[in-house]
Amino acid sequence: MKDVDTVFRALADPSRRELLDRLFARGGQTLTDLCQGLDMARQSVSQHLEILEAANLISVQWQGREKLHYVNPVPIHAIYERWIRKYEQQRLTALHAFKTRLERK
Amino acid sequence: MARERFVYVTYIASTPARVWKALTDGELTRQYWKHTNESDWKPGSKWKHVADDGQKTVRLVGQVVEVIPNKRLVLTWAEPAAAADAARHSRVAIEIEAVGEMVRLTVTHDELQPEMAQKIGAGWPRVLSSLKSLLETGRALDTWA
Repeated sequence: MKDVDTVFRALADPSRRELLDRLFARGGQTLTDLCQGLDMARQSVSQHLEILEAANLISVQWQGREKLHYVNPVPIHAIYERWIRKYEQQRLTALHAFKTRLERK
Repeated sequence: MARERFVYVTYIASTPARVWKALTDGELTRQYWKHTNESDWKPGSKWKHVADDGQKTVRLVGQVVEVIPNKRLVLTWAEPAAAADAARHSRVAIEIEAVGEMVRLTVTHDELQPEMAQKIGAGWPRVLSSLKSLLETGRALDTWA
């Protein structure tokens, strides 16, 4: 499976997106931190984190026996470059041509 | 307020030596970062991050803390106005590791004050994507245009 498929699959789940948002708000949380206030079994959270880690959407660091999780936005940036910026540019160029033509009349 | 930390990871189809060179060679950093990283890369030396803008504006300065070629580079990191104030230096640890045919590049930026943390948030993903693109395809991303 290609990297980009893994990333899109990991993002295609609301619970995983919520975990990313929580880590974006506060980096360096443990599994226990992340379970707090979530209506999800610890084991499910742990599995979601594994999928996010495999997609390289989160990075981890060990501090003693604690595993700290951080958002890794690098693959999301790659999606932005490949799937968003390109189309934005086309639309902006089209708008620009439209405006130029109208103003010339 | 607690100092913040970011951990960025990217996988690059390259070798540790090429990734190391891309981080420490001014001409290469210019290509994908639009800045040159300048130093002799010895522990205790200074380094600076200079804009490729004709006026060579120095954007960041710091000290080289730890150097293990092709493997690990630790720098302090500050805006020039904060250079004299060690409390306003953040710390960047770059780790390069071969994983199969790929290189895992990890950038840990910590001891960040909130003001700097905001600027960093948008910066590293762009730099790392552009570096990956340069090493894998020979072309950096046109992300600073």
